[in-house]
Amino acid sequence: MSKYQLFVKESCGTCKLIEPLLPEILNQLDVELVSQDDADFPEGYAVTFDESLERSYRANIEIVPTLIKEHDSGEVSRIYGWDKAAWQEITGLQFTIKLPLFQPGCGSKTLDPGMPEKLAARFEADKLQSRVLEFTADDDIEACFDQGWSDGLPVVPPTKVRLMRMLSGTKRDPQEYIGAVPPDLGRCTIEKIALNAVLAGCKPEYLPVVITAVEAALEDEFCMHGLLATTYFSGPMVIVNGPLARSIGMNAKGNALGQGNRANATIGRALQLVIRNIGGGRPRQVDRSALGNPGKYTFCFAEDEAGSCWQSLAEEKGFAAEDSTVTLFAADGVQGIVDQKSKDPDSLTRSFAAALRVVAHPKLVMSSDAFLVVSPEHERVYREADWSKQDLKDRLAELLMIPGTELVAGAGGITEGLPQTAVDKVLPKFREGGLSVVRAGGAAGLFSAIIAGWAASGPMGSIPVTKKIIV
Amino acid sequence: MELLDPTAELNPEGRLPRARPKSVFGKTVGLLDIAKPKGDIFIDRIEDLLKQKGAKTVRYRKPTFTRVAPIELTQQIAAECDLVLEALAD
Repeated sequence: MSKYQLFVKESCGTCKLIEPLLPEILNQLDVELVSQDDADFPEGYAVTFDESLERSYRANIEIVPTLIKEHDSGEVSRIYGWDKAAWQEITGLQFTIKLPLFQPGCGSKTLDPGMPEKLAARFEADKLQSRVLEFTADDDIEACFDQGWSDGLPVVPPTKVRLMRMLSGTKRDPQEYIGAVPPDLGRCTIEKIALNAVLAGCKPEYLPVVITAVEAALEDEFCMHGLLATTYFSGPMVIVNGPLARSIGMNAKGNALGQGNRANATIGRALQLVIRNIGGGRPRQVDRSALGNPGKYTFCFAEDEAGSCWQSLAEEKGFAAEDSTVTLFAADGVQGIVDQKSKDPDSLTRSFAAALRVVAHPKLVMSSDAFLVVSPEHERVYREADWSKQDLKDRLAELLMIPGTELVAGAGGITEGLPQTAVDKVLPKFREGGLSVVRAGGAAGLFSAIIAGWAASGPMGSIPVTKKIIV
Repeated sequence: MELLDPTAELNPEGRLPRARPKSVFGKTVGLLDIAKPKGDIFIDRIEDLLKQKGAKTVRYRKPTFTRVAPIELTQQIAAECDLVLEALAD
């Protein structure tokens, strides 16, 4: 014998529309009426009032009315809204009362704005493992400062409801283990990453990007422990490629490396907060940086692929155009390059080479990797001359072969430099694969940028890591 | 007000360093070069001084200063030495 559950709410016009039908149904079938918003609706019947919405939440009701048919083994089928033919089929009845043939239902109360995460916090807290801390202070942001969870700027207090909302951004299990975060090798799960994404101010749809950035940081070749502990300037920089960068509204255009875009700002910040809070990596403790750089608050942008004539960074690394990826780079700050006169690619490339020569020190080679961020107005010079990104990189590599006589200690009156054994050599400024090129920036401005890397770039230190984002 | 802990909730056991030996005479001292420039200069000088005081020395080197010492290396040092000195240098 089939049983039925009918979920309704008083404030739904379609639920009221079908009210006259109820005697026909209730006389012939075993139906439990479940009302979301009114203990006396429908009036005159025995109603289960789902005041807490637990029944509706657990039954995953999205629309009212929803009619669920059950056998002893559980749910057999469900329909929602009013569709006379479908209702007759699921009930096996022929209705005599005249009603319109069709009327769409209304949204379930469980899906009211802000409600899904509140209900998840109430009914699914057993899926969470983080310790609950109680505070008597009346200012929650100050409490977060007091706990040492902040990078120096206010953070969003990590409540259970906010965590649940954040976790709605991924299908991955909150308890999935991601790895051990240096320097303390703190145990990192999706839940812990989500809590730091809350602190950083992320929206749920950014969470997969943050998770992938953390996964990239934990790859051995990225060398996150050394990058954190170094006396050098560097910290992890995040570059996002692919359709997800566009769908979550990342900025790849004007001011791409600057402030003002929530996704750029909070994704980079969330990664830094994961290192701080899960890994225990804090400035003037295991983070020994002599000066640091402002990018250690956050450093994250998207490559402008839409308008580019070049292969994207992700495509160069073998990913498909429809893949979304995160690339992590051990980065210092931004150094500008001005060239407002070059109209041919060889001249502009010479400008870039001259500026790249000084990365870390004009007399040091193959120590720091670098990213060259080419603005649209500079990229146009290459587009019009039909130069690919690889053409640009190849020419830069030729121009950045430097005679040892200019590099050895003492040359130019500067003690810094290579051992005298290098005097007869000609050496490349960057190790093979050490110079990357991306396109970003606003439509106007004949300026590009160098983002220099850690002086311990390469296999013995850090190499850039690219990973595909899994939603 | 209730907040969830965003840290790894580590609660490491506090351990005091072992007592310093009164003398290095007859002790085996490991000298760990972390592979930074000029680390060898520093360790050469320390090694001279230790030998003058009657210590036996053993030199070790990390593959790279950018990563923590491999576990095999720290175990080897612990097995072979009474004391260890690590040179940070630059």
